[in-house]
Amino acid sequence: MDEIKTTVQNLVKKHGKSRENLLPVLQGVAEKERYVSEYAMTLIAEEMEISAADVFGTATFYSFMDTTQRGKFIIRICRTISCYMKGKNQILLALEEALKIKLGDTTPDKKFTLLETNCIGWCHKAPAMLINDEVYTELTVEKVHSIIAEYKQLS
Amino acid sequence: MGKNILKRIDLIFKEEDDFKKVLEKALQSTNTELINEMIASGLKGRGGAGFPTGLKWKLTSEAQSETKFVICNADEGEPGTFKDREILTRVPYKVLTGMALCGRIIGAKEGFIYLRHEYKYLVKELNKEIDRFHAVLDELGLDFRVKIFLGYGAYICGEESALFESMEGKRGEPRNKPPYPSDFGYLGKPTVINNVETLAHTFTIFQHGSSKFNELGVKDSYGSKLFSVSGDTPTPGIYELELGMTVEDFANDFGDGDTKAVQVGGASGFCVPRKKFRETHIGYQGKLVGISLPTGGSMMLFNSSRSMFNLLTNYLEFFTEESCGQCTPCRVGTQQLLEGSRAVKRGEKPAAYLDKLLALTETMKATAKCGLGQSVANSFQSIVENFREEMIY
Repeated sequence: MDEIKTTVQNLVKKHGKSRENLLPVLQGVAEKERYVSEYAMTLIAEEMEISAADVFGTATFYSFMDTTQRGKFIIRICRTISCYMKGKNQILLALEEALKIKLGDTTPDKKFTLLETNCIGWCHKAPAMLINDEVYTELTVEKVHSIIAEYKQLS
Repeated sequence: MGKNILKRIDLIFKEEDDFKKVLEKALQSTNTELINEMIASGLKGRGGAGFPTGLKWKLTSEAQSETKFVICNADEGEPGTFKDREILTRVPYKVLTGMALCGRIIGAKEGFIYLRHEYKYLVKELNKEIDRFHAVLDELGLDFRVKIFLGYGAYICGEESALFESMEGKRGEPRNKPPYPSDFGYLGKPTVINNVETLAHTFTIFQHGSSKFNELGVKDSYGSKLFSVSGDTPTPGIYELELGMTVEDFANDFGDGDTKAVQVGGASGFCVPRKKFRETHIGYQGKLVGISLPTGGSMMLFNSSRSMFNLLTNYLEFFTEESCGQCTPCRVGTQQLLEGSRAVKRGEKPAAYLDKLLALTETMKATAKCGLGQSVANSFQSIVENFREEMIY
């Protein structure tokens, strides 16, 4: 049996089959696989006995639910008003330079994905970004380079 | 911090670690007494819409159902708002106490905190706090359990009926109203859904009574409120202030001396230009003279170096991205406002095109399905009306 199938079965067993558990199941897959593939969606549909279209509809609605393959570390820089006012464009340039990729791309070694996101609730300490669930605030170009250097050390 | 023109209040973040005592005290009163106390306090929803909390609880308590729910709305996504995160970090037990007592009053045994994914880092500590809280509930014989439900990145899920849909495993698309949550909420059951800050305020009311709460503020806008202050200010942060203040006092207190406008209520709120600072109050409609603006607490200051066109297009980009897309006025309207504003700026459309867009905002207000779709136009209208020349040249 393939690995994703086992993951899905375990998650459905853990949360239950009823529809209100769909989001936790999708989140479980996203956490393990770092994205939810269409194949995983059909497996979830089968296991929860709902239509694959419903699973697809829900999965693609949420911006943190990645449906294409992502890097190990997903960087989401806030693009909304306060961060924009405090120079998030400079931060984005610094990230692109440090990672040698463009916004929306994943590094060839599948380690980093660079995305923008809407307000993450750190407006008083702008500009801010998330790396997976970690929050980084009051960013400067220097700070960005040292943060990325640290992440590059991680395997 | 700030120039202290406005009185700083310290209720919400005041450490009151003995929540057990507050629970015990409240449990000695009947449900009717507690509801009446809540109504007497004049507390209104702190998420921005301002529905009277006591009335919400009363209506839900009267609904006939075996199963009911209490939901804490922690999907704080309005640009410029970050207070709920701080409440859940520093005084989560106040929120939990409010939820548990609400549960007893309305007859619910289950509560959920719908936490936005951006705050996932809070989950670990919050779960510890919930465990500690459950142990106290067991000691007191109160049958109530709280679980965290993690959102996954959707601004619209802060709208209560979209939040229910999301919890039910669906796309976060708002429902038609009525029916209201007090009759038909999560899983179709009667549900109280309150903002994090509202629940934290109920703790104060349970602890000290309604009079301690409504000695603050002004008639129809009682109590204090947390404000998330950001933008062009030397003192960004979270401040608890009395309702009823003028934007002028606020700008003098928190501005950098060069404040040209204050955006009240985030991207879906209103932009107040300097010339209207004095006549504009922060609070709910009612006794206040002049313009009064309710807010979820987002207060953003802009100084004279800012282009209002750039700020507005940033808001509109936000909305085109976050509109759920189910109803045409919001889905297409947001795109048209964004494209239209840019076309005017580029000179491809005449300045009079702005009036067409303003007419479109009226249509959006009248026909969009949910509160978000109806309020998208607020920032557009207030910026175009007050800073028209910046939109054109």
